[in-house]
Amino acid sequence: MAQIELSAIRKSFDGTDVLKGIDFRIADGEFISLVGPSGCGKSTLLRIIAGLEPQNSGEVHIDGRPVDGIRPSARNLAMVFQSYALYPHLSAFDNIAVPLRMRRLSAIERLPLLGALLPGRRAKERHIRADIEGIAEQLDITPLLRRKPGQLSGGQRQRVAVGRAMVREPLAFLFDEPLSNLDAKLRVHMRAELAELHRRLKATFVYVTHDQAEAMTMSSRIAVMMGGELIQAGTPAEIYNEPGDIRVAEFIGSPKINVLPGRIRKDGGVDVLGTTLKLTCNAAAGDCRIAVRPERIELGTGPFSGTVVHLENLGAEAFVHLAVEGTGSRLIARLADVRHLPAMASSVAFGFASDAVRMFDPAGKRIELRVEQAERVREPAHV
Amino acid sequence: MSDGSMTIGAAVAPTGTTRRTLPAHGSRRTHAAYALVTPAAALMLVMLLGPLAGVIALSFTDYQLGAPQFAWIGLANYQDLFADKVFWTALRNTLAYVVIVVPGAVIAGLAIALLIQSGTSLRSLYRTIYFLPVMATLIAMAVVWEFMLHPQFGLVNGMLRGAGLPAFAWLQDRSTALYALCAIGIWQAVGFNMVLFLAGLVSIPKQLYEAAEIDGASSGWARFRLVTWPMLGPVTTFVVVISGIRSFQVFDTVHVLTKGGPSKSTEVLIHSMYTEGFEFFRSGYAAAITVVFLVFVLLLTLIKSRLADRGVHYT
Repeated sequence: MAQIELSAIRKSFDGTDVLKGIDFRIADGEFISLVGPSGCGKSTLLRIIAGLEPQNSGEVHIDGRPVDGIRPSARNLAMVFQSYALYPHLSAFDNIAVPLRMRRLSAIERLPLLGALLPGRRAKERHIRADIEGIAEQLDITPLLRRKPGQLSGGQRQRVAVGRAMVREPLAFLFDEPLSNLDAKLRVHMRAELAELHRRLKATFVYVTHDQAEAMTMSSRIAVMMGGELIQAGTPAEIYNEPGDIRVAEFIGSPKINVLPGRIRKDGGVDVLGTTLKLTCNAAAGDCRIAVRPERIELGTGPFSGTVVHLENLGAEAFVHLAVEGTGSRLIARLADVRHLPAMASSVAFGFASDAVRMFDPAGKRIELRVEQAERVREPAHV
Repeated sequence: MSDGSMTIGAAVAPTGTTRRTLPAHGSRRTHAAYALVTPAAALMLVMLLGPLAGVIALSFTDYQLGAPQFAWIGLANYQDLFADKVFWTALRNTLAYVVIVVPGAVIAGLAIALLIQSGTSLRSLYRTIYFLPVMATLIAMAVVWEFMLHPQFGLVNGMLRGAGLPAFAWLQDRSTALYALCAIGIWQAVGFNMVLFLAGLVSIPKQLYEAAEIDGASSGWARFRLVTWPMLGPVTTFVVVISGIRSFQVFDTVHVLTKGGPSKSTEVLIHSMYTEGFEFFRSGYAAAITVVFLVFVLLLTLIKSRLADRGVHYT
């Protein structure tokens, strides 16, 4: 149980800056997800926390104690690797036993034959066995303990790897994309299990993933990283609803948020696709980008119209791809009711509520909006 | 394939008719299978099994190289062999050579591979240097070693004298000759073993070391015990067996440097075979020595396949 504090972490590989000054504080008992596209530096950051990679500058504090220069083995963190990194020659039991044996037995006691003769070894092994059996029961892997990793399925290996991390009660758990090698169904299942594990252990979890769905469903807080910078951190709802940067808005949410080109007038009004929205802002006049989540697009009514170019019916919901008439813009609307789908190539009117609009400047920063009225933008505005 | 389908067919269909048709179908497939195996089997017969059978047959004769005829004399060659003190000396020397050279070459090869692997610069240079003895002709190298080990102006004795230690007549002294040859044998085998170990080391996933580090294996020795050594298991088995077989075959250094002397202290199996077969032309007797040699090599191979079966495989 620990809080982890990162200050001004920088890291470069061969002159390429991978991390450009990360400041972040992870509270005790938090389930924090580091998300971002490949190459954004999230795994490197995790490895720096673990101590597997030294940072070029900046400091890592665990429970207020600086750990820079302290070996990974002495930081008392547990890590679950993407490939699980189980020792292939050891049974599941022995794999889970490794961290305990490394800590509780002396180097001499670990010797294969001689060690068994030492007086204290038997009692210690008994304790280790009891601990592992307890963990195995929690993870439901008791029948698998005698098998080698090669004889286990992906999900089972995953559990053994988690068991190996849990068994010594570390200060914090580090996960490096642990579910990415599993098939889709198992991933959803393991997602729930990990979240439940976190609730039960109440330990600090740092979870790296490129899958925003994993981050959204499990974490208490999400930290979005892009290009070596931590752009935004917040609860899943905050990140989803109030993205501070267009890259965050586009990365989180599936299908992707719709982005339309807009224009801020001198009086603070906003035009998009030839229509004035019922909202104002304080930003300087110029180009801007309007982002609306697919589920906030309302089909059937509204000031805009588009042609249906593609339909994706998932059974419980459907995605309608529209080409906005008169512009090259494309957008996606989510329909909760799949019984009334528009026909392909038909023209559909659409609109969205003013409070569904998130606006970003050309650099991608969020622009605060004031909604003029709670009324929806249905009719073409009269200017 | 055909086996499987036949058993399943027989188990599923208890009626006589299906049973009668199945073997016919199966035998047709068997013919095809034999036809496909024939080229490889013929090659094996001509190149490996034939000569082997020839050597075994020869060991039961009194054939002499170039003689117009020969007679079957049963086990007489073996009786002579087992009664011959030189044979037992050769066998003892060969085993001593194997027992010294195999661990020496394996441990040194592994140690050098680990050093090269953990080094940062000049890796390929070191690799080349240690691999040179493997590429060089041992006969030529033996001449160099003869100079190095020369009692008067040899480099080794020069260094010993420089350090104030007593010098030895390495190859001319009964008590040191075999060990000198062992040292040359290790020197020659280390490079090859090192390359095999290096290949094995490269294939160990880096994440295992990281997991070991996280799990608390902070010392190099702990990580070696936990990850490197078990992961090198298959390579080590292979290296031990190959080194073993090659050590049993030791001949060139013995032939060039000592000719089995002084007073048979470096006489080894293959050298005995060579002297009997090509200097005294007792081909039958030499064949008997060869058979003994083959038995040992076969034993080693069996041990290896047993170990391989016992599951040093990982997925």
